[in-house]
Amino acid sequence: MSSLTSYLLVSALVFSIGLAGALTRRSAILVLIGIELMLNAANLNFIAFWRYGPHPEALTGVMFAIFSIGIAAAEAAVGLGIILAVYRHSKTTELDQMNSMKG
Amino acid sequence: MTATFLILAAITIAGTVAAMALRNLVHCVLALTLGFAGLAALYLQLGAQFVGLTQILVYVGAVAILAVFVIMMTQNPTQTSDSIFSSFWFGGGLIAALVFAVLGWAIHASHLPSGVATPQAQAAVHPIGDALMHQYVLPLEIMGLLLTAALIGAVVLAMQEKRRSA
Repeated sequence: MSSLTSYLLVSALVFSIGLAGALTRRSAILVLIGIELMLNAANLNFIAFWRYGPHPEALTGVMFAIFSIGIAAAEAAVGLGIILAVYRHSKTTELDQMNSMKG
Repeated sequence: MTATFLILAAITIAGTVAAMALRNLVHCVLALTLGFAGLAALYLQLGAQFVGLTQILVYVGAVAILAVFVIMMTQNPTQTSDSIFSSFWFGGGLIAALVFAVLGWAIHASHLPSGVATPQAQAAVHPIGDALMHQYVLPLEIMGLLLTAALIGAVVLAMQEKRRSA
């Protein structure tokens, strides 16, 4: 098993754990954290392919990972703001109890 | 595959699993910082120093603290928390297992380079800054605009609504 394969396997495992958390957890905060984990798994793939790719001096994978981290930070801030707004309205962060979109 | 990689991968996987499986939300975020730190160490081991340090700064520093703030602001003692998983837990777990099976099969079946990394593949800060200021200057500006808009949007969303007297 080559080194790149093992990094890709770790990344696939982190992605699946994040997906399982996002699909099964009841708390909206942990669903958001699961999405963050999936984004991080994609970043690990970018870095691994950059390191073992044919042109590591082009820095493409590193650039993609940096911009992806920026997007993920923006997503986390807006998502947690939305959770706060929903909590103020319906007094819960549990997804099973958020069953109405009307104010 | 070295012992360092195995230890870091084990820390990362353990941290992420604990973050998704623990009951107390603050414990979840604590385990999450462990997982993020493990990922940052993996980036550092791959030679991407700037991304690894940015990962520590953004995720371990900012995102985890933000999540802890939101958890503490939304603690509701009257919540009926008999189960931490939603009613869709079986289907969700099945979907995640299937996704992992497909990904693992694809990784196993594809012909990847044999793992001989090119030497001196170090992403130091200086060439990254050069590339950000010359080749990637437009994406950098767009990213700055997006972050500004997102932060203003987050503040507006989280601000107390004015009660409209009508």
